[in-house]
Amino acid sequence: MIMARSVFMMLPFVFAVAIASAAGAASTLYRFDDPDQAQRFQALTEQLRCLVCQGESIADSNADLAKDLRSQVHEMILAGHSNQQIMQFMTDRYGDFILYKPPFVPRTYFLWAGPLLLLILASVAMIKYVGRTRRDTQAIGLQQDERARLSRLLGESKEPKTDRTQK
Amino acid sequence: MKRYLLLLPLILFGAVAVMLAVGLTLNSSQVNSPLVGKPAPDFQAPSLHTPERSVQLSDLNGQVALVNIWASWCTSCRQEHPYLMALSEQGIPIYGIDYKDERSKALAWLEQYGNAYQAVAFDAHGRVGMDWGVYGVPETYVIDRKGVIRHKHIGAITAHSLREQLQPLLAELRRESGSR
Repeated sequence: MIMARSVFMMLPFVFAVAIASAAGAASTLYRFDDPDQAQRFQALTEQLRCLVCQGESIADSNADLAKDLRSQVHEMILAGHSNQQIMQFMTDRYGDFILYKPPFVPRTYFLWAGPLLLLILASVAMIKYVGRTRRDTQAIGLQQDERARLSRLLGESKEPKTDRTQK
Repeated sequence: MKRYLLLLPLILFGAVAVMLAVGLTLNSSQVNSPLVGKPAPDFQAPSLHTPERSVQLSDLNGQVALVNIWASWCTSCRQEHPYLMALSEQGIPIYGIDYKDERSKALAWLEQYGNAYQAVAFDAHGRVGMDWGVYGVPETYVIDRKGVIRHKHIGAITAHSLREQLQPLLAELRRESGSR
């Protein structure tokens, strides 16, 4: 469930990256010792927000700050820092806002749980509504005397006018 | 059925309206710094005026001080500069970090607009800036006597922010523990 939710929330982000890399992001300038490092670099820079442009990751942005941060990530990878250390370095300086995927901390509980809460609320409302409509429909069912009258009417269909005037 | 359920759409609308109103009035270009409330990051960089000397955090030496990130290429720095000059004249020590600049241009800039700084660290590659979480110039940090960052002002200081934020905060911090 959690997995499915986070994938869902990341969808627009994944899409944006795909477009930007199709346009050719400026990440080819960096040399690494092995493909694993390059892949980590790509992944990390895509998870970091450029604080100047805000709508772009530092992998995509051409802002000066994004370039500096890319170099920083590059250097730290070459120096053997772990992904977690690199992310910590960034959030220590720029705050959680630099992360595209917000951490699950008290301040963001509502953000993370919001969609699920809404789903539950909506489901409860729907179940109640459907249940009520069903009950109402059953209540509309004909009473004994009404049923008798109906069959009488259907049997005496030759003189419907009398019925209408009686009403 | 239940009466209060009729109010639900109204309540939901209210909640959404409040959230949107808050969201719209927030200035998204001002990102809260995680450094506020923490000790200022140590730094050491060559002095702009005398490259063989260095400027470092310990120069602030327990004063209530401003650390101002600026550059000669930054136009809003020019706008805020008169306010820094005024603060400096009031006896507030201001330390500059010249961010990703060229030395000659920075020196000429100070010549032209006046030097409001006790000392300026020349941060050619923005290394110090990164440690301070700088993402745009100008930025101004208010440091208390204990060397803790008490406030980060993002963007140019204006007459309004000077009067409403910086001056009161500086006055409060200077009162905090005796005079110096």
